[in-house]
Amino acid sequence: MKELYFLRCRECGKKYSNMPQSFCEECFSPLEVSYDYEELGRVARREALAHRAFNMWRYSELLPLPEGFAPSAAVGGTPLVKSKKLGAEWGAKNLYFKNDAVCFPTLSFKDRVVATALAAARRFGFKTVGCSSTGNLANAVAAQGAQQGFDTTVFIPADLEPAKILNTAVYGARIVRIEGNYDHVNRLCTQIADRFRWGLVNVNLRPYYAEGSKTHGYEIAEQLGWELPDNVVVPMAGGSLIGKIAKAFCELAHLGWVEPKQVKFFGAQATGCSPIADAVKRGLTRVEPQKPNTIARSLAIGNPADGHYARRLITETGGWAESLSDPEIIDAIKLLAQNEGIFAETAGGVTAGVAGKLIEQGRIRADETTVVCITGNGLKTTDAIAADFPATEAIAPKLEAFEALVARQLEEPVREQSNA
Amino acid sequence: MAVTIEIPTAFRRFTDGAPRLESGAQTVADALNELVARFPALSRHVRDDDGQIRQFINVYLNDEDIRFLSGESSALKDGDKLLLVPSIAGG
Repeated sequence: MKELYFLRCRECGKKYSNMPQSFCEECFSPLEVSYDYEELGRVARREALAHRAFNMWRYSELLPLPEGFAPSAAVGGTPLVKSKKLGAEWGAKNLYFKNDAVCFPTLSFKDRVVATALAAARRFGFKTVGCSSTGNLANAVAAQGAQQGFDTTVFIPADLEPAKILNTAVYGARIVRIEGNYDHVNRLCTQIADRFRWGLVNVNLRPYYAEGSKTHGYEIAEQLGWELPDNVVVPMAGGSLIGKIAKAFCELAHLGWVEPKQVKFFGAQATGCSPIADAVKRGLTRVEPQKPNTIARSLAIGNPADGHYARRLITETGGWAESLSDPEIIDAIKLLAQNEGIFAETAGGVTAGVAGKLIEQGRIRADETTVVCITGNGLKTTDAIAADFPATEAIAPKLEAFEALVARQLEEPVREQSNA
Repeated sequence: MAVTIEIPTAFRRFTDGAPRLESGAQTVADALNELVARFPALSRHVRDDDGQIRQFINVYLNDEDIRFLSGESSALKDGDKLLLVPSIAGG
């Protein structure tokens, strides 16, 4: 059967057959996977999804998977949670959280992009796979690499959160710690991909990797009853996810699976690393790199490769971008956990907090349907909030001791105790 | 005085396979101009129609992106290394 996807330069449009390359040989702009949408419209049917399990593979026809590909495990298929408390507090009646904090297998949306990248790695015959990572990607590559029998090497900034390093090491991946920030790691990986025959999922396999993000968008549309939201708030690190959610919505509209709608895209960053948000707010036509300085390590990319596209998408769709300071990020993590029962990592705090800011500013209309994309689990960044939750006093195992405690403390609600 | 301009694999078809160029340039701008003068086929890949370095190419002077230094007017000294890298990041 003819393959329905190929590579195409995002700038000059030059087409390439499928190969492990991420940039155009003509103009060195990024390549992305494109599809024969006409043929896809004939072979992909929305009705066929009804009998498939709810995970990312239900959208297989729309992903760059080789013929005969059989997924080895379920990935994605995360809840879309309608907000009760935060929505009410912010005056937003139709607020949803797309909760990839519980994505599987490794509790971040990176599981989606790794799934498609490893399908490509297998197709291209790579024995060793790896990535440059701020943490979540390393977790996902290590886990899925182990499951599928790849040799795995991940490259990380040396001072990454201990939980993220442990969460990668446990799967048996080789970990190379680089003295530098993420942009240094990335530059080294570009050179490594140039020299070694390894499948680095976000370097030479990047176009196939990026496509996995679309499933976050497909699920949102399906979970809203095959309808597109009015607004989406998306965290931005490299700037790829926001664009792929937009691509997913466009594809669904093109296929006739949803009514077309001009969705507004909003980007969320940490103030300590906000090159894209700054460009949006200052009306710049080029994103200027920054030196990251924020607890939101997963968003600490000072030189975002897809920054240009993210900035353009936001401004062209009538969206906006905002950023949060580190203290605001911690507050937002607590707000989300204590109001919605969702424990997000720092990037999730950024996104939830920015959504609140944008609603308050009136940039997101409170009566519209808004989806906030939560991309990773709070268990990965407990360091960031640990100081706010010091150990409480221990009591003797006696009823009298507990009664005395109750008498002392019951007047104060639990939340105020933990904020002391 | 000599600086080295490292040419990544992807660009080498425009340099007849040459992996690097030694240059006596004093600034990054001069070094890039020397590079494209020496290998004219590289010219439209390095600069856009406005003469700016193309959007998706990063230029590093030793370990630092030149946008964190003085851009193309950054001064060069003996032994410096310039690296051109297609822009790829995220993860």
